[in-house]
Amino acid sequence: MLGFTSKQLVGVGIFLFVIFIGVPLIINATGRWDFYFTLTSVALLAIASAGVWLTFYIGRINIGQGAFALIGAYVSAILVVKAGWSFWISLPVAGLFAAVVAILIGLPILRLRGVYFAMITLVLTQVVTLTALALPITNGAKGISNIPLPSGISLLGIPILPDFAGMENTKLAFYFTACIIMVLTYAALYRLVNSRLGHLCRSMQQNEELASSIGVNIAYIRIVIFAISSFFGGLGGAMFGSIAQSVYPSSFQVADSVNFMLNCFLGGLGYVFGPMLGTLVLYFGWDLLFEFGKYQMLIYSTILIIIIRFLPNGLLSIRFDKGGDK
Amino acid sequence: MEQILANGIYLGSQYAMIALGLTLIFALMNVLNFAHGQMYVIGGFVTYTFYGQWGVPFVLALVMSCVTLAILGALIEKFLFAPVIKGSAREESTMLLAAGIAFFLDAVILLVFGEKQRGVPKIVDGVFNWDFRIIMPYDRILICVLAILSIVAFIGLMQYTKTGRALRALAQDRTAAQLMGVNVDRYSMIGFALGAMLAGLVGGLLVTITGVNLGMGGPTSIKAFMMVMIGGAGVISGAIWGGIILGFMEAIGLALLYQYGDITYLLIFVSLMIFLAIRPQGLMGKPWG
Repeated sequence: MLGFTSKQLVGVGIFLFVIFIGVPLIINATGRWDFYFTLTSVALLAIASAGVWLTFYIGRINIGQGAFALIGAYVSAILVVKAGWSFWISLPVAGLFAAVVAILIGLPILRLRGVYFAMITLVLTQVVTLTALALPITNGAKGISNIPLPSGISLLGIPILPDFAGMENTKLAFYFTACIIMVLTYAALYRLVNSRLGHLCRSMQQNEELASSIGVNIAYIRIVIFAISSFFGGLGGAMFGSIAQSVYPSSFQVADSVNFMLNCFLGGLGYVFGPMLGTLVLYFGWDLLFEFGKYQMLIYSTILIIIIRFLPNGLLSIRFDKGGDK
Repeated sequence: MEQILANGIYLGSQYAMIALGLTLIFALMNVLNFAHGQMYVIGGFVTYTFYGQWGVPFVLALVMSCVTLAILGALIEKFLFAPVIKGSAREESTMLLAAGIAFFLDAVILLVFGEKQRGVPKIVDGVFNWDFRIIMPYDRILICVLAILSIVAFIGLMQYTKTGRALRALAQDRTAAQLMGVNVDRYSMIGFALGAMLAGLVGGLLVTITGVNLGMGGPTSIKAFMMVMIGGAGVISGAIWGGIILGFMEAIGLALLYQYGDITYLLIFVSLMIFLAIRPQGLMGKPWG
């Protein structure tokens, strides 16, 4: 069916079953309701990480996703609070706005490669944070707080999405929303990687000059990819702002940008679902280690170092010999 | 105006030293050392412990900072970076390792030294005052001179000793250096230790003025990245220029725009992005690092 092997379909089926039915059941049984917030965050960060992974796919190290997540969060917050838009409309607008910014910034900086691109994107995160502090519309260091919960949507009188404010269990609703967006993101990512554009990206990852010499329009492709990547970033950031009901210039900082990149590395750069696994392990692992109190950071970083020491190609590279699932 | 220039030289000399260590490590191993700021903080804390707490002479405390960081750098290179570089499919994986080490060092600093801001007694008292045109405490002048001397000593080491020649050869072309009989593994380790040592030395010098705290690591790393970018990644003279330029930009910006707060840094970052868009390899770097 659709070119998938039955094994892949079963895998996807199990995955969907686990996140939409398994996880709520387990949380219900154990009573750890706080895990909903953690897992929702994982899903949203995984969306942003998917964008970073995509820029890795054309051979660029992107440490600027925090910038686009922050832009997305602010655009959505401003539209909802100041312009009174519905959150569900502001969400794609936030993503598109981030993509437009990415195109404008990407035009000059995508000519850079290697560490130069990595460092300029790192600086970009700082620029956006400082801009958010300086602009009047973003409210400076006070940020935008008390963002209302997403309101309902109805088409021709039929409710499509319920009003989050009237719900008893917003955590569960946010969890499902985040998971649905995450699944859609990764489906889009998988489709993109296995399309003609994906092949062109792989050619760029290996050698840009060579790709260019046989007629690949590299300038166009890298802008498109960077825009898509930032769209994911803006989407994740906007959703995050809505869940936290507040945005501050410090919501996404350089450390977050670095973490997005680490998620991709940890999961493995050669695998579409690498960033998702990486985010889960890094974020959930950090949360689980909370019980160790002041030793949390020490244990966390030690495990991180050990993983990268013995699996330098990412977690999913354990099954590298079997051919991977690219 | 004289005051701004003096501040610029003072800041620039500190910055240049931080950038030198980072660029050295980058030139030798193609590693972006995210943990550089943390190494700087550890250097500061070692000097604080020896000089501020145990009353050891300041120079000796500085030496201890250097030795600690050199050993730490050598161990990190030998047991972490070298094997990972050999085993990974894409060399960017070292960035994850570097970030992991940054987290780890942060955790160690938190456990060993705590999260409080620490300072040490002044090494020299008094303020230099030239007709109210330049006002600068003597200890700042001393630190500035020490920093410039260390930079000169470092350049001397790189230019005129066997080790320096080997390191430069390694930075230019790893394979060719190996073919010429340079022990690549050994000199990589020495280079990394040297870079870490420089970070420790600056930390030890600056603890006498700004003090030291846990949170300084990350921002220091970012500043160091910027200086390296201005000058061109992996080029020694570029790092020095980058440090001086950033130091002057900060001194001038803070003097002219002090009432607007962080605008200075915003302007610096934006102008840096424009500069890099026009000249991606920095002032004196090789294109496409």
